[in-house]
Formats: sequence, structure tokens, C-alpha cells
Amino acid sequence: MLYRRIFIEKASTTWMVLSISIILVLPLLIGIGLYVKANPLFEYMSLGDLICSSTWLPNEKEFGFLPFILGSLHVTFIAFCLSAPVCLLSAIFLTQFSSKRFMYFMHPVIDILAGLPSVIYGVWGIIVIVPFISDYLAPLFGVKSSGYTILAGGIVLAVMCIPYILNMLIEVFNTVPAGLKEASLSLGATFWETVKHVVIKKGIPGIISAFGLGIAKAFGETMAVMMVVGNMVQTKFHLFDAGYPLPALIANNYGEMLSIPMYDSALMFSALLLFVIILLINLVFRYFIYRTKKYE
Amino acid sequence: MFSDISFTERRNMNKRKIIEEKLFRVLSAVATYSLIATLAFIIILIFIKGFHALSWDMVFKAPKGGYYYGGEGGVLNAIVGSLYISIGATLIATLIGVPAALFINVHLARYKRTQNTIRYIIDALWGVPSIVYGAFGFSLMLFLGMNASLLAGIITVALLITPIVVRTFDEVLCTIPKGLYEASMALGSTRSEISFKIIFKQGFPGFITALLLAFGRGIGDAASVLFTAGYTDLIPIHLDEPAATLPLAIFFQLSSPIPEVRERAYAAAVILTIIILIISLAARFLSKKYTKTNLK
Repeated sequence: MLYRRIFIEKASTTWMVLSISIILVLPLLIGIGLYVKANPLFEYMSLGDLICSSTWLPNEKEFGFLPFILGSLHVTFIAFCLSAPVCLLSAIFLTQFSSKRFMYFMHPVIDILAGLPSVIYGVWGIIVIVPFISDYLAPLFGVKSSGYTILAGGIVLAVMCIPYILNMLIEVFNTVPAGLKEASLSLGATFWETVKHVVIKKGIPGIISAFGLGIAKAFGETMAVMMVVGNMVQTKFHLFDAGYPLPALIANNYGEMLSIPMYDSALMFSALLLFVIILLINLVFRYFIYRTKKYE
Repeated sequence: MFSDISFTERRNMNKRKIIEEKLFRVLSAVATYSLIATLAFIIILIFIKGFHALSWDMVFKAPKGGYYYGGEGGVLNAIVGSLYISIGATLIATLIGVPAALFINVHLARYKRTQNTIRYIIDALWGVPSIVYGAFGFSLMLFLGMNASLLAGIITVALLITPIVVRTFDEVLCTIPKGLYEASMALGSTRSEISFKIIFKQGFPGFITALLLAFGRGIGDAASVLFTAGYTDLIPIHLDEPAATLPLAIFFQLSSPIPEVRERAYAAAVILTIIILIISLAARFLSKKYTKTNLK
């Protein structure tokens, strides 16, 4: 009996250690796997050239990733500008002004928004945002546009990021001690002044981290953006022009990847670039969050 | 102190305060209600657009010849493929993720630093976008000499959702009172018995949530299966056959120039939305149901 228990204990511990090591090794494995695949490209062009050059001619082995990196940055920037204020305001509303019951009602709404697949957002973007931009918004500014624009990508991306950022902001605001708020209110500050000077000030590391992680999420989003952004290689930043973000480049060209020499390494390099950037952003901002949690 | 401020000045200041307070209350309420409106808008729109193309043929028939030119058939191949991939992936993710989460909370209960470091790494892994997993899965697939197949898709999605299973389950396990662990330790149980017979049972609602969350993410994700699972009109029978998935079916049909085919993409989007809604409502309902029987 005892031997059996010890045997089960040993077997299950081995299984547990094995599975946790698989998970912990995974980021390393992804990095190495992508690096090995992208390696032929490094022998051909230097890292600086790859990132800073803007000529993209795969057939002539010219791989400049600048248009795609800029495309990603543009879309992410718009998404951030649109989603950050909404998230901040509604997180304040949900944690400070509204009733508990409303919060219970809001939870499933946020969950479903976060759970909807990116393809659904893409479909929504194509049905609503794209015609809206080409028929109403672009003529309003006197521009001709197909609707498949950086702006459309940014709007769709903003909606996708909102539940993600909002969830983290709610958590941040909930950790602000009630005593601090009460102290401020008892000194005669209004609710909004308390929020402005106490809650936001106290939560600022958390707020920055939430926004940072939201940016990382937006940077890596693929399908929805790819469906509405137009996918044209160019470096200019214009709201009503098409762009070509980095993830869309990978997803769009997987079919011809093996037919053009070096093309597969180039795509794997862009995946590696994406992986490194997003992992770094995540590590930095999560570190902030863990620090604040520890000293709570 | 207030003596050098005139009465009217003070009244104006109060007025400004009140206006600011009111303004931000309204603004934040608007932001929150606009989220609800956006969700309702997306779901209602998808339903309206897809409803009249939706039929039993769509759900229960695989594409026939000429389907992509408006011929007969449905998306059964994609529905079955998606279910196979996400069920398989959830199974693998559970086999790796659940022991890992239990290990963090039981075996490492005394090592707070290690616990937090592991959580930190897994959180960062959660943030890695699915397209990177797709690219990594693709290079892994080439390395192992496989073709685009059901198995490759399952492995890639499993890697994608394992961090979700671990962290979601772990978040619930964290809240289990330490006394439970200590009491069973004092009664002479081994660690594996504590893990699986006590902590697992107590954390069962979290387990359900983690499972359904991972399943929902797996079924909705397109970027990771784009490279690895391939696409076919047949319903896959063996693990080494390519498999269609619902998000990709929507994506491909939406890019068709024929209106009937695009209509079907909307109908497929309705099917996917319904699946996601069922999953997220079930997660809420089931975790509530099992929480009732918990020790407090």
C-alpha cells in the first residue's frame, strides 16, 4: 500500500515537473526555432539593413522590413489613441461610480467582447467600418478612399483591445485602498477630484502597464487587421491609405513561401521580430505589475 | 485663509467643480454604455447579415463540387475540423497545463519567489500572438517532416492555449486557503494526493473555466492554424490529413468575388458566434454551479 502510494507520488511528480518544464522552455524553443529558420537571411543581409531598408522585392532578394514595421506601428498607434481614453473612462465608471449590480452585468459583456474571435471582428470591419470610411468619412475630408485603410485597421483593433485593457484597469483600480479615497472625500474633494488626484495617481504604474500590454496585444493581432487594412507596401502615414502590418505579411504570404528562395527565411524573420518585440514589451510591463502587487 | 477670496469667486470655483464632476460622470457613463452598444451592434449585425444564408444544409453538409462558385453544400468540413482541432488541443493543454498549475500551487507552496517567476514567464507567454505560434508550429512541422495536417494543427493550438489553461486555473488555485493544504499534509497525505484529491476538487470551477476559455480561444483562432492545419473540403478522418477550420472558412469565402459565397461567409460567422456565445455562457453558468459546493 505504502509502496503504491510512493510510486504514484513519484510518477505524478515526474509528470508535473515534465509538463512545467515544457512550458518554461517553450519561449526559448520558439526563439531558437524561428532563429534557425531565419538564419540564412542574416548571412545575406545585416540586421540593420533588414530593419531600416524599405525596398521590398522578394524576387530580387531585397528584403526591407521598414514598411511593415511602420505599418504595424501606425495601426497600433491609432488603436491605442482610440481605445485608451474609452478604457480609462469606463474603468473609472465601473469601479468608482456605478453600482455593484451593474458591474455583475458588465462582466459577461467584457468576457464576450474578449472572447469573440478575431475573424468575427474582421467580418464586422468589412461590413461596417470599411463602407463607412469610403462612403462617409473620406468624402467628408475630401479624399477618395477604398475604405480598406490604416484607419479601418486601427478602429477594428481598438475595439478588440478594449476588453483586454479594461480588464486589467479594473483590477488596478480595485487595488486602490478604500481608506485613501475616503480620506480624500472627507477633505471635501468631489468624487471626480478624488479619482483624478488619488485613484489615478495611485494606480499610475498599473495604468501604464495595462496600456503597454494593450499595445503589445494590438501589435501582434493578425486576422482582423489583415482583413480591413488593405495590405499595400508603403511607408507613408496617411489615415486614408492602405498599410501593411507585420503579422499580415506573414499570414498573407505563407502560400508562396516555399516557391521563392529566401522568402521563407524572411517570413520567419518577421515572426521572430514580432516575437522578440512583444515578449520584451510583455516582460517589462508585467514586471511593473508584479512589483506593484508585491508591495500592495 | 479664505478671507482674501471673494464670495463670488468661491461660488464660481464651486460651480466649475460641479460642472467638471458632472461632465466626467456623463463621459465615463457614455464610454461604458458605448461598450455594451458596440457588443450588441457587432452580434446583431452578424446575425442579421448571416441569418438568411443560414440553413440546415450549411451546418450538416460538406462542400460539394462547384461550392465556391455558388454551388450546393455547407461548411460541415470546417465545423468538424475546428471541433477536432480545438478538442484535441484542449486535451493536450489540459494534460500539460493542469499538472503544471497544481505543481506551482502545491509543490512550490513554500517558494514564493519561484512561484512568481514562473507565473511571470507564463503570463509573458500568454501575450505572444498566435501568428508567432503559427510560424513556430510551421517550422516545427518542417523539422519533424510532417505535412500540414490535423495533428500539426492540434499541436500548434495546444501550445497556444496551454499558458491560458495554466494561468486561469492557477488564478483560482491561488485563492484556496492555505489551511486546507496544511491540514491534509498533517494527516500524512503525499503531495500528489493533496494535488489531485483535494486542491483539484476545490479548484474545480476554475478548471472548468480554464477549459472552456482555452477551448473558445482554440476554436476562434485562425492565425495559428493558417500554416499548420491546411484547408480541405473533406472531413478529416486520420490525424495526418489536412483539416479545414471555421475561421479560415469564413476568411476564404469572404475574399470570394461571388456574392452567394460571401453570404455563406456571413452564415459561417453566425455559426462561429453562436459557438463562442454558448461557450462563454456555459463557462459562467458551470463555474457558478460548482462554486456552490466548495468549502469556504
